[in-house]
Amino acid sequence: MQLKVNGRMQQGREGLSVTGLLDDLKIHPQRVAVQLNGTILKRERFPEVVLKDGDTVEIITFMAGGAGEGGAAW
Amino acid sequence: MVTQDPLRLGGREFRSRLIVGTGKYPDNATMQRAHEASGAQIVTVAVRRVNLDRTQESLLNYIDESRYTLLPNTAACYTAEDAIRYARLGREVGLSNWVKLEVIGDEKTLYPDTEGLVEATRVLVKEGFVVLPYTNDDVVVAKKLEDAGAAAVMPLGAPIGSGLGIRNPYNIRIILEAVKIPVIVDAGVGTASDAAIAMELGCEGVLMNTAIAGAQDPVAMATAMRYAVEAGRLAYLAGRIPKKLYATASSPLEGMIA
Repeated sequence: MQLKVNGRMQQGREGLSVTGLLDDLKIHPQRVAVQLNGTILKRERFPEVVLKDGDTVEIITFMAGGAGEGGAAW
Repeated sequence: MVTQDPLRLGGREFRSRLIVGTGKYPDNATMQRAHEASGAQIVTVAVRRVNLDRTQESLLNYIDESRYTLLPNTAACYTAEDAIRYARLGREVGLSNWVKLEVIGDEKTLYPDTEGLVEATRVLVKEGFVVLPYTNDDVVVAKKLEDAGAAAVMPLGAPIGSGLGIRNPYNIRIILEAVKIPVIVDAGVGTASDAAIAMELGCEGVLMNTAIAGAQDPVAMATAMRYAVEAGRLAYLAGRIPKKLYATASSPLEGMIA
């Protein structure tokens, strides 16, 4: 299936959970927020939420910043 | 002295009245040393996409979270809706309900969209956030933010990153007289004397990024800012002498040889 992850198209296997996606991307779930199709997911739900073809996923973390700087995240 | 005079913010107490950013440093190691030198206990961070290419090291490897409180900001949000979304995302990432709220109204000046700012403050306070809004030096907006439940009001001294200092100290003074919540100058500081002026006016703290990160020696500037904030606070508490037009002798006239 096709997923859009942080603005980039990528393939995902059927039955892939949010936790599975983070594992595949080698991203530690501790310090990220995940937005799925515009809705923020609670961390506790990462293992149970299964991704579907065409899903848009945003994986968000803390980056360097002070004020006003940088473009919008997406 | 300074330790007996903590900054009270959002139900917590901090020894340091200086809040620093994490942007624009030449490298993460310099940032880490500057943070250390600043004595700051709160550092601001931006809420952004994870870089899937991993060309950069994680910022969080360079911030000891047992020492520093991370303050996510909503930098580069141009609508209340976006700022609210970023605040919620920041809460999920950091598991903390503190947010440095920015709703930017103009790309060139980075002045706040105060209408959106008040609206976003109202929504986020209802959701349990400790909201620290970046605003302009306008007392009317400051009062609206206080009414909306902001934990502090953070007027700019000058545009973000401009280094122009406290351009209108009288406006800051009016805000200080008008609100009961802490007033923290956020943005505009260029050098140590600017930070001292903000504190001498009676502000509860100063937030800065570029002044330290963009200095030729960020670690030395962070040290200077630490002293400036402490000196300014002490001078404020000490109570300065009134300004007068003419001289007042500081040595007695008695005992002069006739």
